[in-house]
Amino acid sequence: MGKTLFDKVWDSHVVTTIKDGPQVLYIDKHLIHEVTSPQAFNEIKERGVPLLRPKQILATADHNTPTKDQHLPVKDELSRKQLAALSKNCADNDIELYGLGHENNGIIHVISPELGVTQPGMTLVCGDSHTSTHGAFGSIAFGIGTSQVAQVFATQSVVLEKPKSMRITIDGSLKKGVLSKDVVLYILAEITANGGTGCFIEFAGEVFENMSMESRMTVCNMSIEMGARGGMIAPDQTTFDYVKGRKFAPKDGEFEKKVAYWKTLVTAKDAVFDKEYVFKASDIEPMITFGTNPGMGIKISEAIPENDNESYKKSLQYMGFTQGASLENLQVNYVFIGSCTNSRIEDFRAAATFIKGKQKASNITALIVPGSQLVAKQIKEEGLQEIFEAAGFELRQPGCSACLAMNDDKIPEGEYCVSTSNRNFEGRQGQGARTLLASPLVAASVAVEGKIVDITKLV
Amino acid sequence: MEKFKTLDAMAIPLPVENIDTDQIIPARFLKATDRIGFGKNLFKDWRHYKDGSVNDEFVLNNDAYHGSILVAGSNFGCGSSREHAAWALCDYGFKVVVSSFFADIFKGNALNNGLLPVQVSESFLQALLKGIKEDPKMIISVNLEQQLISAARLNLSEKFEINPYKKLCLLNGYDDMDYLLSILDEIKEYEKKDSF
Repeated sequence: MGKTLFDKVWDSHVVTTIKDGPQVLYIDKHLIHEVTSPQAFNEIKERGVPLLRPKQILATADHNTPTKDQHLPVKDELSRKQLAALSKNCADNDIELYGLGHENNGIIHVISPELGVTQPGMTLVCGDSHTSTHGAFGSIAFGIGTSQVAQVFATQSVVLEKPKSMRITIDGSLKKGVLSKDVVLYILAEITANGGTGCFIEFAGEVFENMSMESRMTVCNMSIEMGARGGMIAPDQTTFDYVKGRKFAPKDGEFEKKVAYWKTLVTAKDAVFDKEYVFKASDIEPMITFGTNPGMGIKISEAIPENDNESYKKSLQYMGFTQGASLENLQVNYVFIGSCTNSRIEDFRAAATFIKGKQKASNITALIVPGSQLVAKQIKEEGLQEIFEAAGFELRQPGCSACLAMNDDKIPEGEYCVSTSNRNFEGRQGQGARTLLASPLVAASVAVEGKIVDITKLV
Repeated sequence: MEKFKTLDAMAIPLPVENIDTDQIIPARFLKATDRIGFGKNLFKDWRHYKDGSVNDEFVLNNDAYHGSILVAGSNFGCGSSREHAAWALCDYGFKVVVSSFFADIFKGNALNNGLLPVQVSESFLQALLKGIKEDPKMIISVNLEQQLISAARLNLSEKFEINPYKKLCLLNGYDDMDYLLSILDEIKEYEKKDSF
């Protein structure tokens, strides 16, 4: 029986196997940010152990940063202290930090790929669940807790049981107006928010093969929302072309050598998965969520399903929705386009193509938050900034922003927000805020119409 | 890390499924740079309304229920990887969380903090929840050595799974860091042969 893509990368990184227990997995790249690292730095300091491989760490400030006036001192005292702690910890330990205002600053899961840090066949971790994003390159990437951040600082390794394997195959062509976000929300609606628990997922088939790297990242980003440890897609020419020439990509002859290895990172034809799902591209339509976990999604044209479960009812009560109702024509006052799920240039191009020549509805507050300084630069250079500003959208500076509302970018209590982020949990975007997850195209259409519309009728 | 061997305690029922770590500890409380004091903000937005007033309907505000065991619905701890969720539960005084299903990252974080996640069958979970509702003073016993959770009042018990390595860690109060540091030479050897 042949190996899966996941097996190949995992097995090559096993340092040792504990008897009757988990395995020790070597970590190639460690990504850190200000929120989940300070206690880990404290721990290794208290234990008196040094960092093993500081050069394998990339640091950024993204979660707890303002998206306005980044050149000024951060107003919130606790946030300012947390950011200062990151700067000091990185300086003390010789770690490359792209802090606030740096030309490479941005959301960790946006900058690591765009700088060429993320490469096929690697193991990557970060104290952030959306580390699964990097699986788009055929790497094993997953989120860890702060205790593990400290462990990786000290030993460049984690202790983990090998996850089960799952493959989700989708062949065919996507319909007009269907983006990668719709694909992943569709999968979530089918397998639910815990359908992938205990597994590492491989996304396979024509739909993923035909996707850009940005689209693949959107899909892998949300594999964690299925309860999976992570998701991955076999590297191919699209992957190699994306990595080539980036700041930290292998150079010259080294790159060709790497590509030769990366080409071997495919699942063997006779490999067997613990679980398999097959879906058809033609069944996927623009999606939107109606509940308080990302698995509670429907096609925009569908009604909210009926269900007698108490937690389901609690969820609908929070959202202010009734079973069997349609979301079409629901008035929405907030739109957020950003987050590590959808803040890459392709996402803003998709939104701008729809918005061009139109105006946002008068009831709408629309926030556009690029994933990185580089994306912000692209938005400007490609003329998207004029389109957004002319339409009345507010273009902010890079960061996680209203995805988790740690900074001032919060949605008011009771308000609906159509958001391109990854979580519609209660209060995620602000206390009492009600989030509906969707693609950048759907978000753009809501901003223009001031209500939820079936995008397939507009494109 | 503290050792864990056995626990006999009352329990607090929270029969909600898919409790994510944003509920356990909302993001706005993650600005600290140390691990202490998160308990006061545990389930903050379920315990309090936005104006700060107390939500009397929430179980942690109900004087009838006390205890160091939290019994919660399926898929507990999903979402964000924030270890602050485990710190908040520990700081509040919980030693054990019982559910029919735990999210992977939360489970790892809990074990790294000496908080024992006990995964039981859905039917056992429902029986426990019903039992606690009928008698909030009901004692639940957790024995890690025997991997057994029981409620004498209900005449019910169930075996639970835990990785033998993790079990040994908890029984002795070791964490993964202790183990990894002990094999640091082996890790360095691995680095020499690793070309990727």
